Amino acid sequence: MEAVRPTAMRFQATLALGLAGLAVVVAAIALLSMTVGARAIPLDMVWAALTAFDPNSTDHRIIWDLRLPRTLIGLLVGAALGLSGAVLQGATRNPLADTSILGIHAGAAVFVVMGISLFGITRLSIYVWLAFLGAGVAMFVVYGIASMGREGATPVKLALVGAAMTAALTSIVSAVLLMSPTTFDQLRFWQVGSLAGRDMAVLVQVLPFLLAGIVLALATARMLDGLSLGEDVARSLGQNVAVSRAVASLAAVILAGSATAAAGPIAFVGLTVPHVARAITGPNYRWILPYSMLLAPILLLGADIIGRIVAPPGEVQVGIVTAAIGAPFFIALVRRRKLATL
Amino acid sequence: MTTLAEASGISAIRQSLAARRRRVTILLLAALLAAIAASLYLGDYPVAPDAIVRSLLSPLTGEINRGVDFIVLNVRLPRTTLAILTGVAFGLSGAIFQTLLRNPLASPDIIGISHGASAAAVICMLVFGITGLGVSMGALAGAMLTAFAIYALAWRGGVTPYRVVLVGIAIAAIMGAVISYLFTRARLQEAQEALAWLVGSLNAANLNDILPLAGALVVLVPATVYLVRSLDVLQLGDDAAIALGNRVEPTKLALIVVAVAHAAFATAAAGPVAFVAFVAGPIARALLAGAGGGFLQSALVGAIVMLGSDMVAQHALPATQLPVGVVTGIFGAGFLLWFLASANRQGRGG
Repeated sequence: MEAVRPTAMRFQATLALGLAGLAVVVAAIALLSMTVGARAIPLDMVWAALTAFDPNSTDHRIIWDLRLPRTLIGLLVGAALGLSGAVLQGATRNPLADTSILGIHAGAAVFVVMGISLFGITRLSIYVWLAFLGAGVAMFVVYGIASMGREGATPVKLALVGAAMTAALTSIVSAVLLMSPTTFDQLRFWQVGSLAGRDMAVLVQVLPFLLAGIVLALATARMLDGLSLGEDVARSLGQNVAVSRAVASLAAVILAGSATAAAGPIAFVGLTVPHVARAITGPNYRWILPYSMLLAPILLLGADIIGRIVAPPGEVQVGIVTAAIGAPFFIALVRRRKLATL
Repeated sequence: MTTLAEASGISAIRQSLAARRRRVTILLLAALLAAIAASLYLGDYPVAPDAIVRSLLSPLTGEINRGVDFIVLNVRLPRTTLAILTGVAFGLSGAIFQTLLRNPLASPDIIGISHGASAAAVICMLVFGITGLGVSMGALAGAMLTAFAIYALAWRGGVTPYRVVLVGIAIAAIMGAVISYLFTRARLQEAQEALAWLVGSLNAANLNDILPLAGALVVLVPATVYLVRSLDVLQLGDDAAIALGNRVEPTKLALIVVAVAHAAFATAAAGPVAFVAFVAGPIARALLAGAGGGFLQSALVGAIVMLGSDMVAQHALPATQLPVGVVTGIFGAGFLLWFLASANRQGRGG
């Protein structure tokens, strides 16, 4: 014990140091995100815009109207996706759990489409509420169907029910889109998943949900550690398994719902990041959660920056770039034998 | 004496199962015939049943009645034929995948093959500006390539159903991203046309769609019948199949190739019509209730679903013709949820 304790403490100190290092990287990539784009703005100009705003300067207005909201939304949506993935994987003890796999995106899309076509809604700020509602409904239906039966929500059942639900909802969306070209014109840009064109109002709208979700998610760490021991052990340690699952799932839905609401459906960030975090920290959710929360914005903002410069003069939306990076990672994960042991 | 009694008991069960199989098959054939008759009869332009029959026989009798012949032979007959052929192909493809991967959800429209065909077709339309037959060829190639990629990526000293399904889902996501990206890049008009193809439709059925599919089925259906015999052994699991002297991987590969080809040719002819491949197998199995078989019945169910959905699509709304994929999609969604819920309740959902 005497020998173990200092080693364990040193490991904890290393992890804390790593977390601080990641925070620095997040700050750096946020600054990079402020400078890179169709119009490159040097760092000192960014600083000047932030500290002494001059309404007559085009660069200053770009920073305040475009780059700053985009960067902040990228940071928050990234953190939300990373956390929701980690919490969902812990709560379901399922390494494949992710918001896109579980039909949340398709649910959000159905509600947004109905809003556009039935009520003629074209404002992003109302899409936010619709997407939020749709995500919640879809998630609970998928989880509910998959957890019926003796074994509960096994990885394969969840993945298949989610994929099937996604396919079913998608064909309903297609039906509406076919009959209404104007709806299609709106939706095709929302559906791809993007950080562009969101202003501060969108951020303000989802901010309370994002913050509440982040706090709730971080608070579930102890419950997730308990669940990861197995239901029986968790129960014998005095934990209420059903309540823990419900609280964690709620946190995941709030986070994924508001992330999808703010940026559209972005695939695979929530799936891949927790696995990277777990590889660094080991199985302790008190470290996995904060690591996921910092690693995901790095991936998301990084992908967004890549998308801005890869195809000038246009942009590739962040949802495309994350799918291009995330799906191969997912396949590599599936090919690893120890996949199901979480 | 007891063994004799037992033996006669077993053979009695066998006979009753065979009788059930026959009953189900006859029932499905009757339903298909009724659907064909309805499909030829229903339409905006009323044609009397005897005129329809005379028109169908006109190539033999030489009797000519221009107006009726055009409606029956050039409009309704191609559409009905294409519905049957695509239904059979989708039904067989889904049934093979579901049996081979031992999972009722593992149909080509869930595990990425339809997505591959769709992405290829959308690339043809929106990037290269190809229309018509070229799109079908692209879809065919896309389905084949995607299936090969899924199989190769799921290979790790053999393939397991689990890996195939999950790799397929990942591939489906990549293909979905490609499609969404191209949609944002295209002009609305062109993107809308591509979307119409993606939903799947029989609205412009003609010989150019029918002939390649019919030709493919002439080869594929016998191949399916031949390979399906070994499938019953594979169902027991790889180890048992090997012990019984089956060369597992080559058989699996051949079956996958045939199932992919079914889906690919049907998709090329009518677009990736949602859920037909998915629902045909489970409906057939539910009707058979453990009486064995299932492939012939799945093919029949596929054809009936396709024909029935297309009739709803044509006549549900008075002024517009819906694409058939919308009807199969909505019908499929309801069936899917009911099916998953009941399967999971019985503890055999996966």
